[in-house]
Amino acid sequence: MLKDITLGQYFPGDTAVHRLDPRTKLILTVVYIAALFTANNWFGYLLVFAALAAVMIIAHIGPKAVLRGLKPLIFIIVFTAILNLFFTAGDDYIFHWRFIKITHTGVHNAVTMALRVMLLVAGTFLLTYTTSPLAITDGLEMLLSPLKKLKVPVYELSLMMSIALRFIPTLIEETDRIMSAQKARGADLESGTLIDRAKALLPLLIPLFVSAFRRADELATAMECRCYNGGEGRTRMKVLKMHRGDAVAFLLGAALMAGVILLRRVSL
Amino acid sequence: MEPIIQIQNITFAYGDAAVPALDSVTLDIYPGSFVTVLGSNGSGKSTLAKHLNAILLPKSGKVLVKGMDTAQEENLIPIRRRVGMVFQNPDNQIVANVVEDDVAFAPENLGVEPGEIRRRVDESLRAVGMYDFRMHAPHLLSGGQKQRIAIAGVLAMQPEVLVLDEPTAMLDPRGRREVMDTVEALCREQGITVVLITHHMDEAARADRVILMNRGKLVRDGTPREVFPHVEELRALSLAVPDATELVHQLNAAGMDLPADILTAAECAEVIGGVLCR
Repeated sequence: MLKDITLGQYFPGDTAVHRLDPRTKLILTVVYIAALFTANNWFGYLLVFAALAAVMIIAHIGPKAVLRGLKPLIFIIVFTAILNLFFTAGDDYIFHWRFIKITHTGVHNAVTMALRVMLLVAGTFLLTYTTSPLAITDGLEMLLSPLKKLKVPVYELSLMMSIALRFIPTLIEETDRIMSAQKARGADLESGTLIDRAKALLPLLIPLFVSAFRRADELATAMECRCYNGGEGRTRMKVLKMHRGDAVAFLLGAALMAGVILLRRVSL
Repeated sequence: MEPIIQIQNITFAYGDAAVPALDSVTLDIYPGSFVTVLGSNGSGKSTLAKHLNAILLPKSGKVLVKGMDTAQEENLIPIRRRVGMVFQNPDNQIVANVVEDDVAFAPENLGVEPGEIRRRVDESLRAVGMYDFRMHAPHLLSGGQKQRIAIAGVLAMQPEVLVLDEPTAMLDPRGRREVMDTVEALCREQGITVVLITHHMDEAARADRVILMNRGKLVRDGTPREVFPHVEELRALSLAVPDATELVHQLNAAGMDLPADILTAAECAEVIGGVLCR
């Protein structure tokens, strides 16, 4: 049953968006977020939304997938909206009853905040939908490599991340196995109060941790046997290369940002 | 011929253990040979393997790989590059999410330039017959396939010696056959020296030389034909001889006079047939 969990959010594909260099996509995601927070009126948001929709269409990612990504965040979105709705200071009341005050600014803030959070999350989901976790790791490593001069262990961090990704399916399989083993001995993992269930997890977690440590130890030895010696002097088989598509994408990103800045001047 | 690995009277104990895991072992391994180290659990065979590429260092005595002492820090990478090592559990040796990226790990560590890495990765994957799986995710492969990926990952260093520490222990019969065929081909066709640690006698039967270990000591050293007829001794070490050897042994015990150095069913059939036709 644990096997049904889809790992990462990556939808493999071969569209123009999928083919972009992961660095380009990472940078453009940042540009997109910046544009989103620069926008201050409906025209701005509309432009950001249009950009999002265009990428979704090119990448063949349906609105369903994006909405599914938003689902777990409904609570946060509604909560931010409600906070903004009731606790925005101002005197342009629409509704006033004892201590409950709803202002025009409040309504405006609630709607725009909810919109921003949704657009933000949808945009970053699009990155993970179209880029494999490994490519994201590689891209991040390359983008952060200037930090190596400041003694930030960029290579080691990215290796840790990719090893973690590599071992997720292995550990899920192991969890499944331990669960079956404990159930076979009469462990009850599914009923009782929350505290009971948390306690029932202990016989699951302890063997899992022990085995994870044993695996880590063996992996370290195997890596040493393959001449792992830290990030220094290492080369890569796959060197990331920017193509013409990346240049086009950067231009479009710049256009989006410029458009949003121009639209700031338009007032309703 | 110069030995490629020289083990000179080494002794090793884990921590403060009173009983040494290795006790005065001396052994020369020659280039291009297929050597198996046989022994039951706790015989010291895995400990011996870990001495061959400086994962463990002897408490006394010396291990020389192409004349380089494993105890010297500056020899570490040159030794590990030449002596590749494959372990029991394939899951715990694979580093990357994509087969070809995993095979590239060792040459990347060695600072080989990208085009050459690509060439070595393709070549290594072809050598183990896994080229078609180069873009797959390792966790979706079978045990035997994963173990072959692990072997390819070591081959990409272009080692001269391949040490395998019970590489088939966690595999089903089919996976075992895949791995053993691959290993034997690497030795016979590419001239890579193979040191196989195992407790499966049928795997040992394919080697040129069998080294028998018990309680940290080297107790017998010879070709499979020389070692296997010592059925009682092997049984005392809880090792099961191949069925053919066992049958000939029992027939001899029952009063027949057959040559004892029989390894395969075909040989066994031939000698028994020879006796019956006489």
